[in-house]
Amino acid sequence: MTSVTPASFTPDEGLPRPQSLVDAMGPALDAQETGTSLWAGAFRRLRRDPSAIVGAVIVTIFVLVAVFAPVLAPYEPARTQWANQITPTTLPPFSAEHPLGLDSFGSDFLTQLIHGARQSLIIGIVSTLLGLAGGALLGGLAGAFGGWVDTLVMRIVDILLSIPALLLAVSVAAIVGRRPEALMIAIAAAQVPIFARLLRGSMLRQRGQDYVLASTSLGLRRRTIVMAHVLPNSLGPVIVQATLVLATAIIEVAALSYLGMGSPDPTVAEWGRMLVRGQERLQSYPHLTLLPGLCIAVTALGFTLLGEALREALDPKSRR
Amino acid sequence: MSTVVGGAAASGSVGGGPLLSVRDLSVVFGRRGQPGFTAVHHVSFDVAGGEVVGIVGESGSGKSVTSMAVMGLLPARGVRISGEARYRGRDLLTMPDRERARYRGAELAMVFQDPMTSLNPVVTVGTQVTEVLHAHERLSRADARDQAVDLLRRCGIPDPARRLGEYPHQLSGGMRQRALIATALACKPKLLICDEPTTALDVTIQAQVLELLVELVRDLGTAMVMITHDLGVVAGLCDQVNVMYAGRIVERAGCHELFARPRHRYTEGLLASIPRLDGDRSLPLTPIPGTPRDVVAWDRACAFAPRCRFVTDACVRGDLALAPLGPGHDVRCVHPAGGAAPGAVTATIQEAP
Amino acid sequence: MLRFVVRRLLLLVPVLFGLSLLLFAWLRALPGDPARALLGDRATPQGIERLNAQYGFDQPLPVQYVRYMGQLLQGNFGNSPRTGQPVLATFVERFPATVELSVAALLFAVVVGIPLGYFAAKRAGGVLDLVAVGSSLAGVVIPVFVLAYLLKVVFAIGLPGLDWLAVLPPSGRQDVRINATHITNFYVLDGLMTREWDAAWDAVRHLILPALALGSIPLAAITRMTRASVLEVLGEDYVRTARAKGLARGLITRRHVLKNAMLPVITMIGLLTGQLLSGAVLTESVFAFNGIGSYLFDAIATLDYAVLQGFILFIALIYALVNLVVDIVYGLFDPRMRVR
Repeated sequence: MTSVTPASFTPDEGLPRPQSLVDAMGPALDAQETGTSLWAGAFRRLRRDPSAIVGAVIVTIFVLVAVFAPVLAPYEPARTQWANQITPTTLPPFSAEHPLGLDSFGSDFLTQLIHGARQSLIIGIVSTLLGLAGGALLGGLAGAFGGWVDTLVMRIVDILLSIPALLLAVSVAAIVGRRPEALMIAIAAAQVPIFARLLRGSMLRQRGQDYVLASTSLGLRRRTIVMAHVLPNSLGPVIVQATLVLATAIIEVAALSYLGMGSPDPTVAEWGRMLVRGQERLQSYPHLTLLPGLCIAVTALGFTLLGEALREALDPKSRR
Repeated sequence: MSTVVGGAAASGSVGGGPLLSVRDLSVVFGRRGQPGFTAVHHVSFDVAGGEVVGIVGESGSGKSVTSMAVMGLLPARGVRISGEARYRGRDLLTMPDRERARYRGAELAMVFQDPMTSLNPVVTVGTQVTEVLHAHERLSRADARDQAVDLLRRCGIPDPARRLGEYPHQLSGGMRQRALIATALACKPKLLICDEPTTALDVTIQAQVLELLVELVRDLGTAMVMITHDLGVVAGLCDQVNVMYAGRIVERAGCHELFARPRHRYTEGLLASIPRLDGDRSLPLTPIPGTPRDVVAWDRACAFAPRCRFVTDACVRGDLALAPLGPGHDVRCVHPAGGAAPGAVTATIQEAP
Repeated sequence: MLRFVVRRLLLLVPVLFGLSLLLFAWLRALPGDPARALLGDRATPQGIERLNAQYGFDQPLPVQYVRYMGQLLQGNFGNSPRTGQPVLATFVERFPATVELSVAALLFAVVVGIPLGYFAAKRAGGVLDLVAVGSSLAGVVIPVFVLAYLLKVVFAIGLPGLDWLAVLPPSGRQDVRINATHITNFYVLDGLMTREWDAAWDAVRHLILPALALGSIPLAAITRMTRASVLEVLGEDYVRTARAKGLARGLITRRHVLKNAMLPVITMIGLLTGQLLSGAVLTESVFAFNGIGSYLFDAIATLDYAVLQGFILFIALIYALVNLVVDIVYGLFDPRMRVR
């Protein structure tokens, strides 16, 4: 991003400027602005934004927990213990060995929560990448070709948008069956229209920009222009949206496994399913329901805060 | 100077005092306890009844902020206002907003720069004209409507009765500004502040709207403050002119005096940059070099110094005062133009308006 | 106005047509043959044959599609293999419950969200603003079913020591012991119409928790949008003009700020329909609230494709109609839209 330097003048334009005046003026305003790229500026603003910091901290912790889950978790997720102490009405109390107690199946609850992060992260990231790829394909087609391709693609996107994301996901899961991949494809399918619209809009806006016209008049090929100018400039909004979509993806993973669409393997720890399992002991052991819920909410909060802060930081209107 | 028209006297104003008297008005943007940005610094000027006073400056010179402060339209937070602005002896700046609202629209009215955005797009023109009448006068709906039709007609809007039921987007820019002028003058205010009223209009419309303003103001005996960056607008219109630069008044004089004998180097530069019909066409126009971004704080030097051709070390001092350089002619400059000009001549010109 | 409505309805045709194509493709893509998929686990050879004949699944694809469309246009969405009931009839019977819940949720969101957003914008950075921003964030990040459980635990089941808070019924639409007359299947409305005040009040009590949970979705969106919109409008020149006229504050707020600031909020309420219905599926299942949401929830659990298919078409139609109504309302508010 090159900023246009205002027509400031220097003493050599023939105007006298006594040294005392130059001293009094201090450093020129323009000097501070030049050399700050969009991204460097955005980063500088992010570091000053408390909600960005909170978001980044939550996201970092979440990712670390997810990645190092096998190391961090005290037990194997599938291991069941103290089965004799579990009755329909009582569970073993919290103890040093099991700081959050055991669930109805005798699995260590803390272990389950930690491994749940892993599931959420994997499904969230894969589905967002899939959604982004699908959306980029559709939106890119529409944006790059325009005309009837654009019309057709956007009508399809409109139809997809009129079906609630959850239903869309369920329909996809119906085709591919109850597998973790189904969850990913399902969530991705719901994200495709979002990304498609975003990229198309962004590309159309960029296409009309003067610098693209300038490049065209310089005789650059269309593909070169798209690759060199249009795509990089659409990147900011896409990254912002991807961060925000990750939050929704994590909630949707939970919602879909709540609907019974998750992995068929009962030993796979998953926040949404933990929540469902906990509800039968809602009255006596509400933590079995509320803690996974809290994990979902806090993780989604982290991605949302980070995404919103990114959006604000990258917004040219809010610069400075 | 100009005659004070009946209305002002009839409502029992303070004897011969000015209608509006602004003293040491300063506006600082920024939170309490922080240094902030001084948009307007110790600005003082008077407006007598029926008088037309111009405030001229580039964008960012503080001229609009001055008028907004007088009208009480600046946001309540993040702005520090000091000094006083007495309207008929009552300080507008310290009175509670509820009381000030009684003056706004009735005694003091304002016309803004952009007619495209200054009208509410979802409310009919008629409502926007009559609401000001309802706010300040006890009127029946029918009476208010009749007055609105009359006002629009006087403001040169054809078929006013039909226009009342229309929405702003159905009117052209010039028509909208006429409607806004009609709204501002609806309650026959004693003072009308116009903030660049013609800037957003087509050049051909500009002259018409300006003419309309002058005519209406003269008929009603309303005093006017004309805020503009365009010295051409000021020339045929104003009695007194204040030139502002970087938040301070740098020159003040009667209109003829200012054009005949600009003393501040900034005013001089402004005049030199205007194309003149009677000028020598072979000579290029002389722009003022630099931009208002080439700044130096007033408390360290003359703020115009970085763009001034006559700058010397003497300009680098913090206490430059607005000093009289002749009768009714004040200048804030170390090296004023036409240094040898005798005061006697200025005095005779001063009588003219 | 009429022409606008007609044109919008006509525009609906290609969308629904495209949707039916997608649905048909989806039906064909389901694992196994479509008749088996529609009939589910309890498919008998006779049943499959009958369905194959009915939809013509043994015919070439274009013929199949035409037949399929014919069935849909006749309102025949098939029977649910699970209940044996026609899908459409069950929808019609259960739809009022979902409408009642959604309207209550939306009402709550509008009544709380718009003032909250407005005052947050008026005093941006103040305490109320923090509350507004915080609660709209919470509404976004807390999954609706988690909130539903939370409300259910605290206000219906009761936490140890906080029992006195549990004053509302945990599930259902009305206490079965109340022998209420049902005319429209909008229980609250029924109670009011038949003057069975107890029944109406009981229906309201059953509605509170689900409506609060479901309302968190639109509440977050409406608060946020109102706040942003009011902030923008407060900076508009015409608001400054209104102040310069010396108008009373209330009048400025009503006529000049809110009338403009509500425009994007109205549009957004239409776009919320989809999310609201998704949320209804989850909320109704938590509170055993017998609307189409819990019907779909059961259908998902048993992979009841006939219901899924009907649901998708139904929802798409509702979505389109709601947005049509929203656009008409928008036209009433914004004169610029009327001319077109």
